[in-house]
Amino acid sequence: MSATTPMTMIQALRSAMDVMLERDPNVVIFGEDVGYFGGVFRCTEGLQKKYGNSRVFDAPISESGIVGVAVGMGAYGLRPVAEIQFADYVYPATDQIVSEAARLRYRSAGEFIAPLTIRMPCGGGIYGGQTHSQSPEAFFTHVCGLRTVMPSNPYDAKGLLIAAIENDDPVIFLEPKRLYNGPFDGHHDRPVTAWSKHPLGAVPEGYYTVPLESASVYRPGNALTVLTYGTMVHVAAAAAQESGIDAEIIDLRSLWPLDLDTIVNSVQKTGRCVVVHEATRTSGFGAELVSLVQEHCFYHLEAPIVRVAGWDTPYPHAQEWAYFPGPARVAAGFRKALEN
Amino acid sequence: MTQPAPLRLHVPEPTGRPGQHTDFSYLHLSPAGAARRPPLTTQPAETSDLAFALVRVLDEQGHAIGPWAPDLPAERLRFGLRAMLKTRIFDARMLVAQRQKKISFYIQSLGEEAVSVAHALALDDSDMCFPTYRQQGLLMARGVPLVDLICQLLSNERDPLKGRQLPVLYSVREAGFFSISGNLATQMPQAVGWAMASAIKGDTKIASAWIGDGSTAEADFHTALTFAHVYQAPVIFNVVNNQWAISTFQAIAGGEGTTFAARGIGAGIASLRVDGNDFLAVYAASRWAADRARNNLGPTLIEWVTYRAGAHSTSDDPTKYRPADDWAKFPLGDPILRLKQHLIAGGEWSEDAHAALQQELEAEVLAALKEAESFGTLADSHVHSVATMFEDVYQDMPPHLLRQRAELEATQ
Repeated sequence: MSATTPMTMIQALRSAMDVMLERDPNVVIFGEDVGYFGGVFRCTEGLQKKYGNSRVFDAPISESGIVGVAVGMGAYGLRPVAEIQFADYVYPATDQIVSEAARLRYRSAGEFIAPLTIRMPCGGGIYGGQTHSQSPEAFFTHVCGLRTVMPSNPYDAKGLLIAAIENDDPVIFLEPKRLYNGPFDGHHDRPVTAWSKHPLGAVPEGYYTVPLESASVYRPGNALTVLTYGTMVHVAAAAAQESGIDAEIIDLRSLWPLDLDTIVNSVQKTGRCVVVHEATRTSGFGAELVSLVQEHCFYHLEAPIVRVAGWDTPYPHAQEWAYFPGPARVAAGFRKALEN
Repeated sequence: MTQPAPLRLHVPEPTGRPGQHTDFSYLHLSPAGAARRPPLTTQPAETSDLAFALVRVLDEQGHAIGPWAPDLPAERLRFGLRAMLKTRIFDARMLVAQRQKKISFYIQSLGEEAVSVAHALALDDSDMCFPTYRQQGLLMARGVPLVDLICQLLSNERDPLKGRQLPVLYSVREAGFFSISGNLATQMPQAVGWAMASAIKGDTKIASAWIGDGSTAEADFHTALTFAHVYQAPVIFNVVNNQWAISTFQAIAGGEGTTFAARGIGAGIASLRVDGNDFLAVYAASRWAADRARNNLGPTLIEWVTYRAGAHSTSDDPTKYRPADDWAKFPLGDPILRLKQHLIAGGEWSEDAHAALQQELEAEVLAALKEAESFGTLADSHVHSVATMFEDVYQDMPPHLLRQRAELEATQ
């Protein structure tokens, strides 16, 4: 593996796209503001200049069009990486994602495939209000044929994005935007820490992959298992440290299809489970996780499974930190799981 | 100041309903040969007149007249006639098979055969079509084996799509025929993306996308026009205005007082309105659009004015919403009879040859049906195994699908 460099998540994502543009002439990147300007979060900065405007280019403000043309490009044989500017804006593309990209291989019995990667920043923590803060992962995990991925750090972000681009299935690649510039632990009133101070901010410069369908144990522990992903990995780690509870934190990384073995092994070891996500609670992806744990670990459980999630309200602007499930709420969930 | 009359909602109505005679003057027809033929390099805005006119080549006597009359050898015309007739005979036979419950569902293209067949003749075989469910003429023109198509219709053990799709929603990659979705208009931006990919790779292939008048109301149609214009994608947009979307008249899709070709003008796309039942006009306009696309001159939108002579599908009865004799009165006639008349007028065809061709094609379709039925039907449960339902969801089957397949097998 090549030498590592400290990278933010933005730099790591850019490096992944740079590597893939270089390696595979069929990779193209497009979306709103991604070309000359380099994206509103700067993830594609410099790539158009390096690879030309037929490989990296701006798209009209039309998410259905962005995904629709990506499906056509995939059918031709390209490997498009489309950016949706905010996950909150993805809904106009629902038909092209759900009815087209996800089912193209199936309905054509393999004649046509949709090897797309659809990147989108998600999650709150930046005072984005209800149109720049959503975590819509459960819409996608519900759709057969899609892969849904959410990294929590620069190392995984690059390796997972390369794996997603190389994968022949359509991948929804959710990027927790509050993590772009540092590992956010939920304490919004404290100074921002930099990725350069985090071990997973050291990123190899060249090609590597983090396999899909593979979870990681972010923090080993014995008291209980935390199933989480994205920003909440860091919030859960802060909750463990502050509460002194020896939580084992599983970073799912791939939400669906997922790494069930890592989940089951951990819950069978600890006998207790807390599911944590930022998205709204009802019918959230946590419900699926709870159900899987119940099906596969019921006789190992010593207490009911606890869910900590966003409230079932739209994401508010001024009340952001009461909405966001911060370390105190997560730690309360830990304590609840340790009752009985 | 006087009070204005109360506001009232306008809901368009067709000019004919069951028991009435349709007034087809709403079509605003031009005589054959009247519409001008602009150079390939024309500016899109300069085609505005052609988006409201009607490009026609064949006159009432079957003579090819005017600037759009193509230079097509009689052999190609006979090939086109054969493909149209084959499409019609195939449709008729499959309708019968549906009524016999061998096929669960069918959609015919009666009366619209020219738009697909003549268009296919104007394309290269490697150009990719993004069709709707009424472009079986493309498959006939490109010589796709009938047995393969019928096995798809029968959903049997030889169904190339493994029983996953409704009948008629074919996918034939090697014939440049993209997998048909059941969701309308989604193929439009996809065709643009395919065409953009061809341009990105410096290829020579173009894309051709199909949509009905009804689903031009979908956002995907307008989105596709924008993307095609922005990137000057080598794509042809075919809007088949067959006047009816199930039971709703084309005015409900926004055709009243304007044309569907006019949609292209506002998007900066060269646009033509063409007699879709005139084989020669369809070929000529398609060739014009294909040549523009292939020469980096950008996309073209063509509205094909035609008539859906049959029901929408085997699930509706058109006599409930339109006059039963509408097609017989439709002023643009029958595309097969018009090409036949043209060939006979030129001494290149005869009634006897036509009758013999009809007989030959009926026998061919019947033989293909018989062969396909030997591989089973949905009715006799000779379908792909249920285990195959878990394949192709992903490239590799993930553990949860392996578990579900085992669960199914345990409960069979």
